[in-house]
Amino acid sequence: MPQAPRTLFDKLWDRHVVCAATPDHPAVVYIDLHLVHEVTSPQAFDELRSRGLTLRRPDRTIATMDHSIPTRFSDGEPLFADAQSRAQVEALRENCKEFGIRLYEMGEPGQGIVHVIGPELGLTQPGHTIVCGDSHTSTHGAFGAWAFGIGTTEVGHVMATQSLLQRKPKTLEMRVDGRLGLGVSAKDLILAIVRKIGVDGGREHVIEYTGSGIAALTMDERMTVCNMSIEAGARAGLIAPDETTFSYLEGREFTPKERAWDRAVEQWGSLATDEGATYDKTVTIDASEVEPMVTYGTNPGMAVGIGEAVPERGGAESQALAYMNMKEGDPLAGKPVDVVFIGSCTNARLDDLRQAASIMKGRTVADGVRVLVVPGSQEVKRLATAEGLDRIFGEAGAEWREPGCSMCIAMNGDGVPEGQLAVSTSNRNFEGRQGKGARTVLASPLTAAAAAVTGTIADVRPLMDES
Amino acid sequence: MEPIRVLESKTVVIAADNVDTDQIIPARFLTTTTKLGLGEHLFADWRSNPDFVLNGPEAESARILVAGDNFGCGSSREHAPWALADFGFRAVVSTSIADIFKNNAVKNGLVPVEVDSGTHTRLLEAPGAEIVIDVEACELALADGSRVAFPLDGFARRCLLDGMDQLDFLLRQDEAIASYESSST
Repeated sequence: MPQAPRTLFDKLWDRHVVCAATPDHPAVVYIDLHLVHEVTSPQAFDELRSRGLTLRRPDRTIATMDHSIPTRFSDGEPLFADAQSRAQVEALRENCKEFGIRLYEMGEPGQGIVHVIGPELGLTQPGHTIVCGDSHTSTHGAFGAWAFGIGTTEVGHVMATQSLLQRKPKTLEMRVDGRLGLGVSAKDLILAIVRKIGVDGGREHVIEYTGSGIAALTMDERMTVCNMSIEAGARAGLIAPDETTFSYLEGREFTPKERAWDRAVEQWGSLATDEGATYDKTVTIDASEVEPMVTYGTNPGMAVGIGEAVPERGGAESQALAYMNMKEGDPLAGKPVDVVFIGSCTNARLDDLRQAASIMKGRTVADGVRVLVVPGSQEVKRLATAEGLDRIFGEAGAEWREPGCSMCIAMNGDGVPEGQLAVSTSNRNFEGRQGKGARTVLASPLTAAAAAVTGTIADVRPLMDES
Repeated sequence: MEPIRVLESKTVVIAADNVDTDQIIPARFLTTTTKLGLGEHLFADWRSNPDFVLNGPEAESARILVAGDNFGCGSSREHAPWALADFGFRAVVSTSIADIFKNNAVKNGLVPVEVDSGTHTRLLEAPGAEIVIDVEACELALADGSRVAFPLDGFARRCLLDGMDQLDFLLRQDEAIASYESSST
């Protein structure tokens, strides 16, 4: 009997089940790649030590430092925010040495935000299971890998057994028809999706993004979309691998070479959802109707098109609006901005920096606005510098920093001062996310650049016409 | 992990929907390398308001948090359940609890209880109510004695009841894992 048609997720699930689920226990699922960083790993290493356990697969584990590291150096020395951050980074260094883990060290080639370097190094591959103690691990799903964030206890599980206990999630197809318009990017698309289905719309589901609007995206753009799957509460985001995926991966450090590459591509090509396979739920969105998006509230679902006002919901969002110092019916465009942040695992890859630079080139940062540009990795920094993007940002009056998570999570000293309004290319506008009392407006790199040069929340499109 | 069979306590209510883990424990407290003492920073920014419920005497002995929809969304930081447990909570009751948080909660003896919106409304409207969470029966008893069933994965229930460690379970699958590794590479 021929096998029933399967979704991409079904295929990823089936090939990683070590022990099938029973009513008494979830399935044991094998993990192909474990990414480790300084913030969510120290307690897991302690657990291994206290039980006398070793790391099962050092060859399937890599580590980097990104969350609590500074983005400024002086005389080659990192300027840590405090002794505790320094100690946390030092603990990672010691733990990697003790357990034999390859560590991408600050300032060295390969280092960067964990979700930027995995794909760059070619470690992220279609068909893989990938985990990390970080919810934005969903980023790697852009390659057709099942990638998800886990807590520190599970970080320990993977270290010791290379496996996790999982119940099979449901599937949600997010079909994106049509093409994004000029000045509208992948970030706007995912913000429109999160607004449409809500911040819990993906709960208990893996989202597979399908349709012509997704097929047209570059890998950098697909990563932006999958990255924010967690902002809809989803357990993962997925995109079927295709020629765009293969050409991105070919020749990268850890991808298969020569005949092994041909075999890999053939196998990856069979991962796409079969004709006739069904999802638990399907939602569609027309990309051509998406506007540049900005958030007005304190979760990523509280988003509107740049021309819209804060929605009138009869006070239902009053706590968020009070925090943001916004009122129902207020137009978003024209609001003065204090800080602009261009960075994070959502939007700090080369495409993102090129887009921001295209707006800032030949213009200057508006008076009183502080602009921070933080490349996602050493490799992004190298490529951006080779193209002169660092000079464009510098000449405009922006600060060009060393790679890391920086102001997205503001635990390294790069914060937004209390009460100030930041337009940020990051992923979360939660209360206090970018610093206590900081007010965050999420937007694309294009919109962030428009805010930098106009000093307000602004529609980038007129600036594109001028240039 | 200490086994939990039946939990009887007054409730504390934080009614806001979509409370993310950045609220539960702000990122500036994540540079720690241990799990200890995080209860002190639980809801740190909200606690700067003296009227916030966790600053009141009613929070001191409460073991059950009644929260709004989609509690624990956002970051995967296990520091969130560590902070709640360190503060003294042993259960969170909501209409829905975010997936990663729920998974992390069970591993730290924090019972995730998802109830229908009618029951939830009654709990939200009666802060400080004495309720009972029966993990064995997967039932919640309201102050008036009425009982409501809640879903709990069979394995999660076993872990909570026995204080079972999931890593021990995984370590026992070593043979199957090794056989998977040799067949797939």
